Amino acid sequence: MSRQKLVIIGAGMAAGRFLENLLEARPDAYEVTLFNAEPRGTYNRIMLSPVLSGEKSYQEIVTHDDDWYATNKVTCRFGERVASIDRDRKVVVGEKGEVAYDRLVIATGSSPFIIPLPGHDLPGVLAYRDADDTDRMIEGCKPGERAIVIGGGLLGLEAAAGLRMRGMEVTVLHLPTTLMERQLDPSAGYLLEKELSGRGLDIRAGSNTKEIYGNGKVEGVRLDDGSDIPASMVVMAVGIRPSVAVAKEAGLEVNRGIIVDGMMRTSDPSIYSVGECVEFEGNCYGLVAPLFDQARILAQSFCGDDCAAFVHTETATKLKVTGVDLFSAGDFAEGEGREEIVFRDAQRGVYKRLVLQDDRLIGAVLYGETADGAWFFQKIKEGDPISPDERETLIFGQSFAGGTPMDPMEAVAALPDDAEICGCNGVSKGSVVNAIRQRDLKDVNGVRSCTKASSSCGTCTGLVEQLLAMTLGDAFEANAVEPLCGCTDLGHSDVRRLIVAQELRSIPAVMQELGWKTSCGCAKCRPALNYYLIATWPGDYKDDSQSRFINERVHANIQKDGTYSVVPRAWGGVTNASELRAIADVVDKYEIPLVKYTGGQRIDLLGVKKDDLPGVWAELNAAGMVSGHAYAKGLRTVKTCVGTDWCRFGTQDSTGLGIKLEKLMWGSWSPAKVKLAVSGCPRNCAEATCKDIGVICVDSGYELHYAGAAGMHIQGTQVFAKVATEEEAIEYSAALLQAYREQGFYLERIYKWSARIGHDKVVAQIVDNPENRKALYERFLYSQKFSQSDPWAERATGGVAQHEFKVLEPAE
Amino acid sequence: MNSIAKIAEWTDICAVDDVPLRGARRVRLAGMEVGVFRNASGRVFAIDNQCPHKQGPLSEGIVHDTSVTCPLHSLVIDLETGKARGEDEGCVKTFEVALQSGRVLIKMEA
Ligand code: SRM
Ligand SMILES: Cc1cc2nc3c(=O)[nH]c(=O)nc-3n(C[C@H](O)[C@H](O)[C@H](O)COP(=O)(O)OP(=O)(O)OC[C@H]3O[C@@H](n4cnc5c(N)ncnc54)[C@H](O)[C@@H]3O)c2cc1C
Ligand code: SF4
Ligand code: FES
Repeated sequence: MSRQKLVIIGAGMAAGRFLENLLEARPDAYEVTLFNAEPRGTYNRIMLSPVLSGEKSYQEIVTHDDDWYATNKVTCRFGERVASIDRDRKVVVGEKGEVAYDRLVIATGSSPFIIPLPGHDLPGVLAYRDADDTDRMIEGCKPGERAIVIGGGLLGLEAAAGLRMRGMEVTVLHLPTTLMERQLDPSAGYLLEKELSGRGLDIRAGSNTKEIYGNGKVEGVRLDDGSDIPASMVVMAVGIRPSVAVAKEAGLEVNRGIIVDGMMRTSDPSIYSVGECVEFEGNCYGLVAPLFDQARILAQSFCGDDCAAFVHTETATKLKVTGVDLFSAGDFAEGEGREEIVFRDAQRGVYKRLVLQDDRLIGAVLYGETADGAWFFQKIKEGDPISPDERETLIFGQSFAGGTPMDPMEAVAALPDDAEICGCNGVSKGSVVNAIRQRDLKDVNGVRSCTKASSSCGTCTGLVEQLLAMTLGDAFEANAVEPLCGCTDLGHSDVRRLIVAQELRSIPAVMQELGWKTSCGCAKCRPALNYYLIATWPGDYKDDSQSRFINERVHANIQKDGTYSVVPRAWGGVTNASELRAIADVVDKYEIPLVKYTGGQRIDLLGVKKDDLPGVWAELNAAGMVSGHAYAKGLRTVKTCVGTDWCRFGTQDSTGLGIKLEKLMWGSWSPAKVKLAVSGCPRNCAEATCKDIGVICVDSGYELHYAGAAGMHIQGTQVFAKVATEEEAIEYSAALLQAYREQGFYLERIYKWSARIGHDKVVAQIVDNPENRKALYERFLYSQKFSQSDPWAERATGGVAQHEFKVLEPAE
Repeated sequence: MNSIAKIAEWTDICAVDDVPLRGARRVRLAGMEVGVFRNASGRVFAIDNQCPHKQGPLSEGIVHDTSVTCPLHSLVIDLETGKARGEDEGCVKTFEVALQSGRVLIKMEA
């Protein structure tokens, strides 16, 4: 039997979910062709907001990559819009040709609505719907300049918060008098406005835009009260319209959306539709939860199971702006026969309001404290009567429901099995717990891939973790994210992310905002935080020397007897007579007990007394030598071999390249030490294949290696690129170092970082994506502007940290 | 009252500001090296500067809360009691400290 031909128009979130469900159940039943106007497959559109704000990368939100489509034998026609459907011949007409179908699914989603104001078509006026829009916004971001967001709903506020995090001044123009008026009541809207204003957003509710002006590009916006706001970018986020053009033109029954029945059938029996483009019993949808239901039901019916049908349900809303907690569900308008229960705590900025009708909970708005959101939402959906007793404490949420307060674990344990844990994907507590037990799941990622819970907007991750803890008991702890140290429950990854997301710019700010459990940290977290802040805010953050390990604080290595060792830089392992003479003089003058060649091609002066350090440094400085950072979580040595200048096998100037790399990278701080080597040919005399970054010169250019180590763990390098010129070798290596500086966990060497995030991801950011590489390189150069001053000179000349080197003399 | 005698045992070490916040200085007193510490909230402590583990110079460690982490092998010493924190064993001598008109005084045994 030949396979049925299935064509899908649109590879958005609904189509992606439908295909997954279908292919899991019937991998070979259909020959699938997938059209998408966007030049890519399915990604998690709702996570564009964290991509915009810089909290996630685009790669992290891709849900279906090329491999997935290849494995599942889906013919992809991405970047190709479907122009029309010929229902008589049963073909779909794409821009590049026709495809015949037996069954057709329309999943074209919706398009952003652009108000046809004068100037709406000027360059710099953007919509916010897909990855390209997000890219355009990121590219258009000029820190310090103003962006105007028209529309203070969910999308507009996420856009505004994201642009603000990227350093723009942001004005939000909203026609109604309170923000998110469809999801929030005025009190919660007020608290939200206050919070966002506090973060530097200029919010103007109740303002009407008259025109966008500019000469060849956006220059500003004029309001109908005559006032002018200059801006270099305007984002319109005023609403969406179901994309129905193709369906309408094909003569399908279309109202606001494409009309479907509970089996997702359109008026043509061979054509189905799912997603934001459909209209069901008069309702159109703009959140993923109901769309995923539709996708599941359609997949079931394609597998021959016609039992389930789509029914309209309530949806709950959350705003994905880090640090803002709001939740709303159901119908919370005031009205006759409705009662409300309100709770406020002005000091903590908490507001909760419940709306009851006929003794049933029908709506909830929570601001500032949303932990009970899921519980209220469950009550709204169940529609069971609330007893007078229960009503007394209802507003205090689940923890009070039993009369005694519960901790979060008990609260989760008390939820019924059909309580919804993940709103986006409609996953109940029962299915999460079953999956954990039956599939032997150990962590959130496992639950995510088996049940989809917490895979979309991610706000239920905490609940999933609690279910894991409840089901696995102690076994879960072992698998939980390892906290950075005993002062916090957060792991390195969260801390790094939140420093950027919440713009935390000092160690006290991190400790306060992220809820450190100790007043002043410990010897583990303080150096880590100090590094993360330096790496995140170069030029801006002031190094906290008291949070550095002694070696980095005094720029020498402490020895077992409390003396220090001093290793000057020998650029590329090269020295000369005058440097050697100065070293000899210093050794004599300060009676330094041992002079030794190190394993890193330089000279180590061991046993220097702490008080003598400034004097030793002053004399080495005078001969042109600077610190070798032999103590640093930063660039250490660059070993080289003699290369073309001398060696009969040398293919390139390995010594010269090593020196260039060292001059470029010296002084940079990194999560752990970084060692380089450059060998002039594959005989590899500089041992480049066990370094953090290594270069092997070959006839045709340079083989770039990384992720080696030869300490407690011996690890050969991997090749990440082959390039033709020295300039490229330098740019690639520096970009790699910068990626590691931005992504590595403190004390995690390059080889561990690469193992954690994956070699492919490293190659993807540095090699496959030239723009990204250049951006990394630029950021590296920028941060180096602030780190290349010799720490020895600063101390030897008396400018810095003199107290370190002087013993106190008691007053007589 | 023997307060006259007591005062005689106090030694004026340095100005309070000579010791950086969350930092330390060293001073030689009665033939031993004493570490003078000042924590984040400005409290000043004085203890024998030698780590009970392998004589690491405690004044070179990272100061946090009311403790210091030894720079050599990370023993955490409580600056108030001189005792190692957590599972570790060991204890160093502590000295009484007084702050007077911006000066740090340390009480030495007679
Ligand atoms: C001086 C030197 C030994 C020598 O006399 O040759 C040396 C000395 C120290 N090494 Fe090393 N390492 C030295 C080359 C190496 C090498 C060889 C190399 O770089 O080619 C390695 C193996 C390669 C590697 O790093 O993968 C090496 C692997 C280590 C390790 C293990 C690192 C690992 O990730 O497994 C440590 C421990 C650490 O960093 O935590 C370490 C730590 C140390 C420390 C810093 C220990 C400490 O914290 O006090 C030693 C400082 C002594 C001092 O006061 O100078 N040293 N160490 C070498 C200095 C090179 C330089 O010029 O900067
Ligand atoms: C920034 C942002 C944040 C959001 N946050 C949330 C949230 O927190 N929670 C939530 O539940 N929802 C959120 N949403 C809404 C959610 O993303 C949508 O409900 C969901 O993506 C709709 O899925 P869909 O498959 O119907 O349409 P889409 O995902 O829009 O996919 C439709 C696809 O069809 C393609 N297409 C259209 N016409 C054609 C044609 N003629 N030929 C070929 N291809 C075509 C389009 O290019 C598009 O890729 C957010 C949306 C955005 C933009
Ligand atoms: S690796 Fe090649 S270039 Fe380097 S010294 Fe050995 S033979 Fe010469
Ligand atoms: S000497 Fe202090 S911990 Fe070892």
